[in-house]
Amino acid sequence: MGAGQPNSGGSGEPGPVRLLGDGVAALMAVLRAAGREVIGPTVRDGAIVLRPLKRPDDLPRGWHDRQEAGLYRLDWEDRPTRFAHAAPAQGWKRVLHPPEACVGTAYRGGIASSAEGADAGPDGPCWAAPEASPPLRAFFGVRPCDLAALSVLDGILANPAAGYHDPAYARRRRDTLVVAADCASPAATCFCAGMGTGPGVGDSGFDVALTELVEGDAAVYLARAGSPAGAALLEAVEHRPASDAERAAATDQTVRATKAQTRALPADPRAILARATEHRHWADVAARCLACGTCTLACPTCFCATVEDATSLDGVTAARTRRWSSCFTEAFSYIHGGAVRGTRGARYRQWITHKLSAWYDQFGTSGCVGCGRCVTWCPVGIDITAEVAALSETRPSHRRRGPARRPVDGSATPRRRKDDPPAP
Amino acid sequence: MDAAAAAALADRLTETAAAARLPASLTEGDPWRPRPFRIDRWRRDLSDTFTVDLVPLDGPPLTFAPGQFNMLYVHGAGEVPISISGDPDQPERLVHTTRAVGQVTNAMKALRVGDTLGVRGPFGTPWPVEAAFGHDVVIVAGGIGLAPLRPLIHAVLARRERFGTVVLLYGARTPEDILYRAAVTAWRGRFDMSVHVTVDRATGRWSGPIGMVTKLIARGGFDARDTMAYVCGPEVMMRHAAQALIDKGVAAERLFLSMERNMKCAIGLCGHCQWGADFVCKDGPVFRYDRVAARLAQAEV
Repeated sequence: MGAGQPNSGGSGEPGPVRLLGDGVAALMAVLRAAGREVIGPTVRDGAIVLRPLKRPDDLPRGWHDRQEAGLYRLDWEDRPTRFAHAAPAQGWKRVLHPPEACVGTAYRGGIASSAEGADAGPDGPCWAAPEASPPLRAFFGVRPCDLAALSVLDGILANPAAGYHDPAYARRRRDTLVVAADCASPAATCFCAGMGTGPGVGDSGFDVALTELVEGDAAVYLARAGSPAGAALLEAVEHRPASDAERAAATDQTVRATKAQTRALPADPRAILARATEHRHWADVAARCLACGTCTLACPTCFCATVEDATSLDGVTAARTRRWSSCFTEAFSYIHGGAVRGTRGARYRQWITHKLSAWYDQFGTSGCVGCGRCVTWCPVGIDITAEVAALSETRPSHRRRGPARRPVDGSATPRRRKDDPPAP
Repeated sequence: MDAAAAAALADRLTETAAAARLPASLTEGDPWRPRPFRIDRWRRDLSDTFTVDLVPLDGPPLTFAPGQFNMLYVHGAGEVPISISGDPDQPERLVHTTRAVGQVTNAMKALRVGDTLGVRGPFGTPWPVEAAFGHDVVIVAGGIGLAPLRPLIHAVLARRERFGTVVLLYGARTPEDILYRAAVTAWRGRFDMSVHVTVDRATGRWSGPIGMVTKLIARGGFDARDTMAYVCGPEVMMRHAAQALIDKGVAAERLFLSMERNMKCAIGLCGHCQWGADFVCKDGPVFRYDRVAARLAQAEV
């Protein structure tokens, strides 16, 4: 292998190569030999989820997902493909921004000096930061929508211009290699094409980009390097330059995957939401939304978290744990006197307006990457694309003269009449 | 692949991965670490409101600008955002006035002199003081909203000659709820500052104004066209006070208010204080009125 040689494909310029033999197995073997924990898609509990992969057979070979609003099913066929599925049920934030992580432990009083790792102040509270070195990882098979989501998360949690950052996230991120994979089989809930994030992997944000092609009854892989590390990885596996026919097949596959997408957000959701602050459709969503927060858990860019204390029985140590939280809970906006957003309509408006509008103002990008997870996993099938479309309709507002500020779930207004147009 | 080659590759991957371009500064530091402060003085202000003076146990005092806040950590109970209420020119004593309304603030209320609090901060945008040089200053406070405004009053009075007329308009629920009563009385006795206090409900021997603080704004006593206004109180009070100031002729871009939202981190990472396109913790808590008037007029944002 030529790991010590100067790389020739740092920017991916030399074009894709065709991996020889079982390229994916070879790539995984090299990553593991180089000390990387390989995390990728695998089937668990009837869904494709992200877990550490021990062997190539852990990948979901032959599995295909069916997704619709409020529906997720897996089917198996005897096919060689390992990536013939849309984005996994969960995003990669689960690894980089874990659902639960200790941010530090506080020690009370003079006992602190005996606590390992704690600063011994004269009187406490003394503080021990958690373990600083995350394992070296490789994300394997990152879909273009999720690649975009990584970039969005970076913009919030590891942005040099933001003034503050999350060092624990930045360390995990730094120690993660990204092996991306073109998406050839978008689900019915996907709308990455309209968001400009997929279905093909772009030019940056990854170390290696894979394209899975089917040749006869075998899956073959093209690969591009997106960084010097990616080039080093490709040098370590057997390959030859990709043929023109193979490159054309890759392009065709992406074109087909683009055309296969039926959902899309309406053009300029920012403008639609800016006009819709008092739209009657919020009450319609509120009537369906369970405020369960599943959309925020499934969303690969939702980053909100709370911090909770757990005190030892003797009261000496208090572990401070950050957990994902959701703007759909009442506690999320609670301040003395009550929750700021007491109604489901207001919480849905907050979520979608942040995701599709305020996110641009805050972080210069959309908070939505078009992965469709919120559509699939919503237990009642609330569809972000359909809701924005409904909000774009300029139906007569039920706004009345009277108090300037009402709950937005319509609780202070007449109920919907039977002859109102049904929700789309 | 032999072991040496694998080790060489491992090094190369670590050094040249796409994400290795993250600035090293982003991976360092501990934004969650509280600094230990000792309670040097504890006093009850109102039935549910108390003030602590804190001195650092581990280093220099914490310098701050009027309007900024700290995250105060009570061991095992949790962390809350509390505005700084002391004199910015005397940072060696960190002063916080807190109303005991929740689990953490009640736990804090139970602490006494000699106990320790964790402090992270200071955070947030300050009241713009120098922008008011040469202009009249109107400070409108409602209830405990006087606490985040007190550092501003200190700062203004310390440079009194730089300002025109200085007016403090304060609304409390009852005469018993007047915060910093001694300080308010002293300010009221000054010849270079006018202080008006109104209460929602008159109890005891109150003979002053009764009603909303907006009534005091309508009375005037300042050159509205040449005034910088600073407002803090309950959101509903700030909305009405801002409108009364605008009606009086104060320019929307010379009007500032301080917002309150749920906060878990104070550093723009937890999302709880999201308000429109701002995080109240770092884009606020002090906002210029014209930039937030539209969303302030909306319910449940």
